[in-house]
This record gives sequence, structure tokens and C-alpha cells, in this order.
Amino acid sequence: MEYEGVLVIGEQRDNQVHPVTYELLARGRVLADKLGVKLSCVILGDGLEEYAQESIYRGADIVYVLDDPAFGRFLPGVYCDAIVELIEDVRPEAVITAATTSGRTLMPLVAARLMTGLTADCTGLDIDEKERLLLQARPAIGGNVMATIKTPTVRPQMATVRPKSARPLSPDPTRTGEVVLRACRREGASAAFERILEYVPDTTQEVSVQDAEVIVAGGKGVKSKEGFKLVEDLARELGAAVGATRDVVDLGWIGYPHQIGLSGKTVSPKLYIAIGISGTIQHLAGMQTAEMIVAVNKDKDAQIFKVADFGIVGDLFEVVPEIIAKLRRAKAQGALMRGDE
Amino acid sequence: MHIFVLMKQVPGTSNVKMDEKTGTMIRTEHENVMNPLDENALEEALKIKGSRDDVTVVGVSMGPPPAKKVLEEAVVMGADSGALLSDRGFSGSDTLATARPLARAIEVLRGGRLGADDLILCGERATDGETGQVGPMVSGLLGIPVATYVRSVCVGDGYVDVERVVEAGFERVRLSLPAVLTVVKDINQPGFPTLAGKIAARKVGIPVLTMEDLGLGADDTGLRGSPTRVVRVFRPKFARDTVLYAQDNSGTATDRLLEFLNSRELI
Repeated sequence: MEYEGVLVIGEQRDNQVHPVTYELLARGRVLADKLGVKLSCVILGDGLEEYAQESIYRGADIVYVLDDPAFGRFLPGVYCDAIVELIEDVRPEAVITAATTSGRTLMPLVAARLMTGLTADCTGLDIDEKERLLLQARPAIGGNVMATIKTPTVRPQMATVRPKSARPLSPDPTRTGEVVLRACRREGASAAFERILEYVPDTTQEVSVQDAEVIVAGGKGVKSKEGFKLVEDLARELGAAVGATRDVVDLGWIGYPHQIGLSGKTVSPKLYIAIGISGTIQHLAGMQTAEMIVAVNKDKDAQIFKVADFGIVGDLFEVVPEIIAKLRRAKAQGALMRGDE
Repeated sequence: MHIFVLMKQVPGTSNVKMDEKTGTMIRTEHENVMNPLDENALEEALKIKGSRDDVTVVGVSMGPPPAKKVLEEAVVMGADSGALLSDRGFSGSDTLATARPLARAIEVLRGGRLGADDLILCGERATDGETGQVGPMVSGLLGIPVATYVRSVCVGDGYVDVERVVEAGFERVRLSLPAVLTVVKDINQPGFPTLAGKIAARKVGIPVLTMEDLGLGADDTGLRGSPTRVVRVFRPKFARDTVLYAQDNSGTATDRLLEFLNSRELI
């Protein structure tokens, strides 16, 4: 049997289907349409059937539901067994999943088992329509360039995809599809070797940059940890999350969870304000899908201005305090007009 | 108990050249260092060695002959030995074609099969390729469990308990041994070379294993053994229509910015 179709492996977190699944379906839809094939989606979890319909509304033609208490939390071997079995049955030509801690663990295992190719952290996927091959684009070489990668002969072609690098489709309740409940035959071959003892949610984590609608990010142009406070001040004023470049994180001015770019997080906020960021490809790869980009930099030739919608060329130590002051003034005036305090 | 530490030699700077034809990286001899997260993996292995009396720590690296340097460094730090997988046939390997020789080498170095309580440690990703795929692939090829993004390790009798960092918290996971663990930066602070290590390094030679030594053919590794191909390398264009203002004393630039954001209901 030929390999045909595109398969999305849904992301399950805390036994709920994570919205990144719908980003993957939006990507998968484009690929499947170009290939003229069906888009399927697999959901693993404990009682997640309710999400199947939503996945169809979001672009899937077929949803495989693998429902088993063993899938309640991600376990590499257990998930790998189930996915390999599904792939061997369904024989998709392309398989994509999210480049999350689970996706980035599961897919290499599956690739090793199936002896096929895998591309990590793709930010772009397309189809070479002449050859019917999946084109997998990812930042490479420290993020200075992009590389397009193919898996020419072996099947399936597999890729993990950066979360927030695509927008989900709006749900379309008129879409129809097929829901297939699957039992797993190979029961728990790996279950004897791995076991979750405990899951501890980290409630101290600040606003996740990936979920924020507005992000203010700082680069090396802020010059020091002290200087970075300006970025944090502006973020506070806007109720925004704080982002940073790799340089800034490496220098210890802020922690790794705030790092945006190839080696950090990919974000897609409504507004991204880049302060003292030159705009290496490594960084741009992590934020170029923002709806609106504002940049402040003293170098008028900085790469960041090429992706910005609005730029101010100037000394950030003048510009940012001025913005903060004007935002405060506007807020105070607004409050006055509304008759607040 | 043997602990194999997979270590990659990476460019010390992010300034790497690329072979335009094959799209793979050109590695040069100078300024290469041990991948920083592999240093953490080595440190963790040495910590385990320090807490038990039956541990042998072996560094394993695949790369051109100069990559021997990172293995010698590992011995200086306290590893018992190292082995370099080096063969022209390895060049152009993708992650799967890299994982195969590594997995095979571990078996060969262990006389055919892994010991019942062996561990394989490596960094969660390397600073050059940043795929993070080789560690889990090695586990897949060896058919043993894996835990990724590990920030703490506690070895028990026939099992290992780890803390694994995930998106919104951490998990405590128990794996049966042998197992592969890929570690994050938070796991430890890499230590310093010891005098004993420096003396040992003078005596320990780093053997080189070739494809033949590992029983690998041309279809198992290198460009031919790689399912993926880099077909194009490019500098992306991210053009937008940019409104640009120069900051001056008038305050115009920031006024326009606020108007711009207001008109789009962003503030």
C-alpha cells in the first residue's frame, strides 16, 4: 500500500487537547489540500473523545481517538508504541506534531523505530507539488540562515513544528469528518519500563510569553541588567509579557523562560515591541509572525526595522522613558475623563 | 555500572560556514568546544560516579579527528575513558545517521550489549544543530527508555528517578535501567579539571572507531544513510511596510507611535 495522507499528532497536556493541535491542523490542511489527500489527526489521552469534533471543525477529515488510561500523561515509550502502530496501519506520507517537550521526545523515537527522517523545529512547511514532497524549513546554523529539508525516499516524512508559528483556523461547524475510536493492540509493551511518579505544576511561572497578547522584548542594546529594567517597566505599563534575545539571557539579565527565538520560544502576539534588538535571524524566527511589530534601535540599518511595522531610530534610553511617560499621561487623562480617581 | 556520555564538538562561536552544495556544516579545527549541555551531562555522570563505587564513565563522540579534544577534556574532568567515532563515511550524517553509529558504539564498547544498569547521558540539544533528536533516537535504536529535559537524577536499584522539566511544571519519572537521559542546564554546575584527571589524561589514549569497527555499511550512516536532505539554504526575507521615525527633541516619534498603537486598538 502506498503512503498517502497527512497525519497530525495532537498535543495533549494535563489530559486536554492543547490548542497547538489546531495550529498543526491549519498547517496540515494546507499540505493535504496541495497534495489532494485527507488530513487526519490522532488524539491520545484518557477520555478525550469530546475533542474529536472540534478537530474536525478545525480542519481534520479523520480523527483517530486513542483512548486509554495509559495515555493520561505523556510517556515516550508508551506513546511511541501507539503511534508506530497507527502509522503502520494508516500509512500517512507526512506526519507532523508540535515541537514541545513531548513532541520533540516522541518523534525522534518514532523516527528511529520507522528508520525515517525527521526535521526538528520547523517554522515553515510546504509541498513541492512536482515531486509531492514535504518541504520542511527551519532556522539553521545558529539561526543565521534558514534551511529547507526534504525526506526524498523514505516514508513517512516527519517534522516537529514550532508552536505559535502558525495561526489555527477558526472552527467551522459545517465541516464534517470521520471519528475513529481505536483500541491499542500492543498493550503497554513499554509501560513496564517507564512510569510517571508525580506531576508538579509550576504555579510560580510568570505570564508565559507564548500566551501573551503583547510582548516587550529587550536585546543587547539595553547594555546592562539595569538597562533591561526599562524593558520591564514598559512591559508593566502595557500589561505585557517580557521577552529577551539569547544574548540577554546568556548574560543573565533575565531567565531562559523569557528567551524568544530559535533556541527559546516562538511567539505570535498581537503586538511585539523590540527594544535594542538588532534582529538576528535566530531572533526573527521566533517573532516574525507577530501581528504588529514595533522596534526601537539606534542603528537605522538594523535588521529588525525590516520586519517592523513601526520603527523609531534613536537612543532607547531616551525613547523608552518618553513612551512610558506618555502612556502614563494618557492613562491618567483617560481615568479623568471616565471620572475615575 | 557504565555511564556513557555522548558529547558533541561544536563551534565555539555561532559563526559557522556551510557547504553550499550539500547544505551541511563545514567544521574547522579551531575554536571548537564541547557542547555546553554535554558538559552538564558529563558532570552528572561524574556525580553519580562519586556516589557509588562501581561506576565507569565513558565519553563517546562522533566527529572528525580533532573532536578527540573533547574526549581528552572529559578524561581530564574525571571520565575513565573515551572513544571517538571517526570515519570519512560519517560525514553529512543527519540525526538518524548520527544516532546509529553512536548506539552501535555503545554496544561495541560494552562487548556486544548494554549492562543491566547502564546509563547514557547527553545534553538536551547541541548549540549548533539544536535538534535535540540524537539522544531520543539512540534510545529508540537501543530499545531502551528515555527521559528528556532532565534536571535531576537519582539512581536506584535497577531504575533511575528523574525530574523532567515540561512546559508548565515538572514531572518525576521512573525509568528502568538501562536508559537514556538528556539533560538541561539547570541540572548542575560543571566542575573543574582535577589533578588526577590531568595525570590520567596523559596515560589514557582515545581509541578511534571506524565504520568497519562498528560493523556499519555505507547505507547506515553518512549522507547515504541519512533519510533527510538539505535542499536549500537561504536568508529569509521578512519585509513589511515600515513606518520609520527618527527620535529628536520634539517628541514627534513617540507621539506618532502612540497614535499608531491607539488607532489599531493595541493600547
